[in-house]
Amino acid sequence: MDYFLELFLGGLTRGSIYALIALGYTMVYGIIELINFAHGEIYMIGAFTALIVISVLTLMGMNTIAILVIAGVVAVIYSSAYGYTVEKIAYKPLRNAPRLSALISAIGMSLFLQNYVRLAQTPNFLSFPNLIPDFEFIKPYAHIIGSTEIVILITTAVVMVLLTILIKFTNTGKAMRATSQDKTMAMLVGINVNRIISITFVAGSATAAIGGVLIASHIGMINFYIGFMVGIKAFVAAVLGGIGSIPGAVLGGFILGWTESFATGYVSSDYEDVFAFLFLVLILIFRPAGILGRSGKHEI
Amino acid sequence: MIKLNEIKRAFLVSAWFIFLTFPIMVIRINPVEHIVEWRWKNMALVGIGSFFLSFVWNYLMKQKEPGFKKTETAEKTDTIPPLPPARRIQREKRIYIPALVAIGTLTIVFPFIFSMYQTNIMVSALIYIMLGLGLNIVVGLAGLLDLGYVAFYAVGAYAYALLNYHFGISFWMALPIGGVLGAVFGILLGFPVLRLRGDYLAIVTLGFGEIIHIILQNWNEFSFGPSGIANIPRPSLFGIDLSVHSSTIYIYYIMIGLCIVTIFVVNRLQNSRIGRAWVALREDELACQAMGIDKAKTKLTAFALGATLASMAGVVFAAKTTFVNPASFTIWESIIILCIVVMGGMGSIIGVIAGALVLILTPEYLRAFSEYRMLAFGTMLVVMMIFRPGGFIPDVRRIYKFEGVKSMDKS
Amino acid sequence: MKSCFGKVFFTAIVMAFAVSIMPCTGSAADTIKLGIAGAHSGDLASYGIPSVNAAKLVVKDINAKGGILGSEVVLLVEDDVCKPEVATNTATKLLSNGVDIVMGHICSGATRAALGIYKSENIICMSPSATNPPLTQSGEYPNFYRTIASDDAQARLEVDFALDVLKAGKIAVLHDKGDYGKGLAEFAKSFIEKDPRAEVVLYEGVTPGAVDYSAVVQKIKHSKADTVIFGGYHPEASKIVMQMRKKRMKTCFISDDGVKDDTFIKVAGKYAEGVYATGPKDTSSNPLAIAATEAHKKTYGTDPGAFFLNAYAATQALLNAIEKAGSTDYNAVSKALKTEYVETPLGKIKFDNKGDAIGIGFSIYQVQSGRYVEVK
Repeated sequence: MDYFLELFLGGLTRGSIYALIALGYTMVYGIIELINFAHGEIYMIGAFTALIVISVLTLMGMNTIAILVIAGVVAVIYSSAYGYTVEKIAYKPLRNAPRLSALISAIGMSLFLQNYVRLAQTPNFLSFPNLIPDFEFIKPYAHIIGSTEIVILITTAVVMVLLTILIKFTNTGKAMRATSQDKTMAMLVGINVNRIISITFVAGSATAAIGGVLIASHIGMINFYIGFMVGIKAFVAAVLGGIGSIPGAVLGGFILGWTESFATGYVSSDYEDVFAFLFLVLILIFRPAGILGRSGKHEI
Repeated sequence: MIKLNEIKRAFLVSAWFIFLTFPIMVIRINPVEHIVEWRWKNMALVGIGSFFLSFVWNYLMKQKEPGFKKTETAEKTDTIPPLPPARRIQREKRIYIPALVAIGTLTIVFPFIFSMYQTNIMVSALIYIMLGLGLNIVVGLAGLLDLGYVAFYAVGAYAYALLNYHFGISFWMALPIGGVLGAVFGILLGFPVLRLRGDYLAIVTLGFGEIIHIILQNWNEFSFGPSGIANIPRPSLFGIDLSVHSSTIYIYYIMIGLCIVTIFVVNRLQNSRIGRAWVALREDELACQAMGIDKAKTKLTAFALGATLASMAGVVFAAKTTFVNPASFTIWESIIILCIVVMGGMGSIIGVIAGALVLILTPEYLRAFSEYRMLAFGTMLVVMMIFRPGGFIPDVRRIYKFEGVKSMDKS
Repeated sequence: MKSCFGKVFFTAIVMAFAVSIMPCTGSAADTIKLGIAGAHSGDLASYGIPSVNAAKLVVKDINAKGGILGSEVVLLVEDDVCKPEVATNTATKLLSNGVDIVMGHICSGATRAALGIYKSENIICMSPSATNPPLTQSGEYPNFYRTIASDDAQARLEVDFALDVLKAGKIAVLHDKGDYGKGLAEFAKSFIEKDPRAEVVLYEGVTPGAVDYSAVVQKIKHSKADTVIFGGYHPEASKIVMQMRKKRMKTCFISDDGVKDDTFIKVAGKYAEGVYATGPKDTSSNPLAIAATEAHKKTYGTDPGAFFLNAYAATQALLNAIEKAGSTDYNAVSKALKTEYVETPLGKIKFDNKGDAIGIGFSIYQVQSGRYVEVK
């Protein structure tokens, strides 16, 4: 039973990592129906920016809490800026083009950003300091769950709630929903569609940056390639939960995390990715819109 | 003329990019040694580079806009020629036939004028031409984005490697068997994903590619795991074992033959009933079904045919390298093949051939710049999609004209 | 604008052909052409670049002394990005350029793919880093030599250490699913299974680049293993060790050459303490090794990377054999490699009939206060 519980908690942590990244995916997909392949790279850039800021500030001799806050803020700003720019360069000109074109452009952007960081920084792994201090109250349970894991879980929950509030209860959110349903109509009723799409990218990238900092600090190392596989997994999570749905992304993340954790625990970690993808195929066969997704107009 | 506000705009863009690239380009850190290196030169480069690129970008964007909005008037003006040169060559028999003869002669004598290395990389390029043409059926014609195409390539390569290892089956036997196996796998993948559309399909096929890769990597008893299978025989000519040099030439001719067959088949299929069904499916699934086209059958044929070609290319690949391991069949391979199709021109045979030659041969000759290869690929994908979604040599829309019905040819 | 693309494209084709003709020209007769092949770009470049630097340093010295047999040694450096399919192109390119002898291919897979081509053209090839056992042991490649011990030797050492010194009873064998790591893990597993003193309680591959390994770590804990043997590279090893130690597991961790890297200690920090890793015998007291490292620092300004000394030794061994043989003839050079000892940074070496170096071995190291210390 203990074993089960530990696997469950391990899956939960892994799942909340996926969920945090999946939130950004699902927002972007919800609004312009594009798999933003570069989202994983935005997350990676967030982590890199944070590491750079940390290194510079540490050399200047600041104290840890200040460094943590500044690094987090700078990472969020830069990731948002990158998200904004990527949208303006690679997706905006393709708004009226076939969906395939935008998707290929997204893959191209992902390749570009990966190699940009690889060439400008380093192809090797860099160690990332553990930013989150060990909480006193967690010490007795440290063998079950660490403080970083708890922070990730709480952050995922908070971000999910904030995004839900943003979309459900604010004017911007209303405009987002309108844009996602019909861009032309939204424009007719006076919504600045370009602005709304930019806001979506900025919000999605900001969550990716938060994820980047937390996850890098959890794993303890980063390189230019960390975004790609996590990005794909997060997308799988978003699809599982029903793409476009905020709670769906989180649920999908947890389900994916558990699938992998239990597959490793009870079968073999050799095939954890196989299980993850097979599970995705099964879900899509029986519920093509995902677990929490609504059957939209496109389902045939 | 360059206006003042354009310059102002370029300054803003340049300032924005300096800000954007500041941490990544200027500061290089080494957290292990606690060293921070400041590279101010890069900042200047980014600033100047983005300043000028913003002009180019604006210029290209302006070129694009009118073309989009008023195609009818644009066609009458001289800014856009009626046919690109490559297309014109195809049309005019006087250029077309001598060109074909010249290319044909060149391909035949190629291995005798150039060194073994040249022949060898040409074989690689030919393999990619075949892969590109196969993926072109799936992505270009049927519009099904397949990000796991490399899986079928792997099926073919491993089919030959394993059949030869266990049963001593020769290359010429393995080629059709590999093709059939590829088709089977294509249909196996096709069935579960019949209901899925574009993006979902992309992610599931990507998953399928990863699954095949992981199985090859982990199932030691079956595939010999990551250390791979070595000593796969090169194809023999009537039972004679050839030296490396002559067998490279031999494989070159085999590949030329296979490519010609592939081109012929794809070309005939394109104009056939099934080919038109693919295009219809790509354009509008609903309308296509309404016209009475069996969606399932059409999609499955596309998958199966694409997979067959990839699988046969895989058999040749195994015979050429004489060694296979899972490292050759990663997702990046799928992306490179996709790049070939997209760069060359989706749906266009000549385009795909050109794409494969450029994308596979250029990095071989420009090895010094191989660090930048992936960066260039990424940039090319984005730029091509924005400014030239049709590729180098785009597919021409076949226009069916009905005499007397004027409104038809406008669409 | 649109027509421009067509023109650009045709220009590209023309250029491609123009470039393709160039390598055919220009080959002088009285030089010895030493091919250097390996990963010089891409993800694994950090394993290949040091070998190029090593070869350059050796050749510079030798040419300064008047070359070998009166002729100058020329380097032909070719990249294979560690991919088998590219390695065959690299090999044919070297052959087309008239290479006499090859120092290289860094990765085992690429080496195997290229060897088939060298073999039929009677070119001797010596790798500083390809550790896959069948390369020498299968006897399929009589033209192959290496200046590094093979995986099974390393696995043997790890298993013996675990059984004899650590008195391990239950061993978990992990790997990173890669060419190198899994091969090593397979050997470790089979050696343990043959020994009655211990059993393999867990045999698993971890996914490189996964976000966390908590499930695998849980599984190690559940299997009650007292020792973990890991085959693979340091990024995965440090993640597993860190998670194990955070879960307060005191399980011994033994790993391989891919982990015996200072980056591992710096990434894993305090969690790295007590980790064992096998690595080439300590050469820091060898004057030649010190000189070679100094030369690298002087020329390139940095510490040499992985396999630098192995590559240095390989280049010296090859050139020495050519000198002793008096020509670049295949049989003569093979004979010289097997009979003539040569002084290298790795010690005094020659090669056995299979092609493995005699005089090169592995030792066990342990991380003690942030440094790898040889365990006697």
